[in-house]
Amino acid sequence: MQTVNLEKENYKQLLKRFIEKNDEETLYKADLFSKESIRQNVTPDEIIHVYIQALEDLYPDLPETFRRSLDFLLETMISYGVAYKEFQEMREEQLEIKSELALAAKMQEKLLNTRVPEIKGLDIGAISIPAKQMNGDYYHFIEDHRGNLGVAIADVIGKGFPAALCMSMVKYTMDSFPESRMLPKRILQLLNRVVEKNVDPGMFVTMFYGLYNPDSHDFYYASAGHEPGLFYHGQHGVFTEIEAKGLVLGVERDVTYKQYKRRIELGDMIVLLTDGVTECRRGERFLERDEVIEVMKQYTHLPAQQMVERVFRYFEELQDFQLRDDFTLIVIRREN
Amino acid sequence: MNLTVNVEKNEKEYVLALSGEIDVYTAPRLKEKLLPLTKEKGTLVKINLEKVGYMDSTGLGVFISALKSTREHGSHLVLTNLPEKVFRLFEITGLNEIIDIEEKVRGGL
Repeated sequence: MQTVNLEKENYKQLLKRFIEKNDEETLYKADLFSKESIRQNVTPDEIIHVYIQALEDLYPDLPETFRRSLDFLLETMISYGVAYKEFQEMREEQLEIKSELALAAKMQEKLLNTRVPEIKGLDIGAISIPAKQMNGDYYHFIEDHRGNLGVAIADVIGKGFPAALCMSMVKYTMDSFPESRMLPKRILQLLNRVVEKNVDPGMFVTMFYGLYNPDSHDFYYASAGHEPGLFYHGQHGVFTEIEAKGLVLGVERDVTYKQYKRRIELGDMIVLLTDGVTECRRGERFLERDEVIEVMKQYTHLPAQQMVERVFRYFEELQDFQLRDDFTLIVIRREN
Repeated sequence: MNLTVNVEKNEKEYVLALSGEIDVYTAPRLKEKLLPLTKEKGTLVKINLEKVGYMDSTGLGVFISALKSTREHGSHLVLTNLPEKVFRLFEITGLNEIIDIEEKVRGGL
């Protein structure tokens, strides 16, 4: 990097040379001079001030009217100097906010962190990618004392900070539930009350909650308006939608949820996702659910964790791919 | 993509014709126009969604705010002519059970 001398004298010499030679090289140096000035927080009016002084040194006999006009120019530039200083302050503040946000995002990641459990007879994979810095999606695994697996997947409306704060609230509410076996319909009912009481009128959370009994291989589940998940029938190699009806969390005070039950056979899979998966955009077009299913079919032979990662990577590598919303995908497969 | 909101008033009824996309960028403006109308006691606020090509969950948030406001202020909200894709969002989220939806349009945009 070439160093530039910001001395008045240097500017004067550059100006002199350019007036005499009218050359590209001096213009290039003038460009470096202005860049270095910006780097050293020199304001626009200060540059004009230097210019006037240099001009007066070079041409002591400038007509008085022209000299006065330069003072006039300087005067009209002073506000730009003030605005420039404000801009610099804002830029510093922005950097500060950015680093605080990064810190908050890290903290959130830690807070919402959940371990994918190892349960005999089950192969589990999960991936969650935020569209922005903070994740408004959330998933959670819990094992109760009888060895049942609880799984929650949730999406809070909106993105960024408010969504993330709301999700932390949901997570802490779930943590406060007693460890004894909790039924999906009951969990959603309790959570709904907490969310309804504590969020803005236009905000809501969608959640799917499932409870897997690894002895009987019965899967109990309920949905609070969540994007429908999928069952994969290992024997026939087909995906079908998990039908579960229920109102989103946070809209009405007292809501009861319907609970469903399904037996999971060897080789079957439970696929849970958020609408970030189906709201991926390719150029002007949104991905259809059927396309998502087609992609998943390609990877059903892989272990669950590899499967979810490959599905995400597939979308990520598409041309014009745009992640509009947080993306979360969970696969639970019954195996030997 | 943009959203245009056309408001017509007849007596105690407002008819809003929406056209375009309702997403995180356009939803705040819709909310700004819609919410004050729901605060007039006894009014009927009818929203025609026929020309809505896309809506995301932020749009649902606006209609939930409006619904809550009608309950608070004694007005009424009706959604009409929902394209199938938009209706599906209301169905998945269970909101079709609590919001008055008059008609849905087959296929839609």
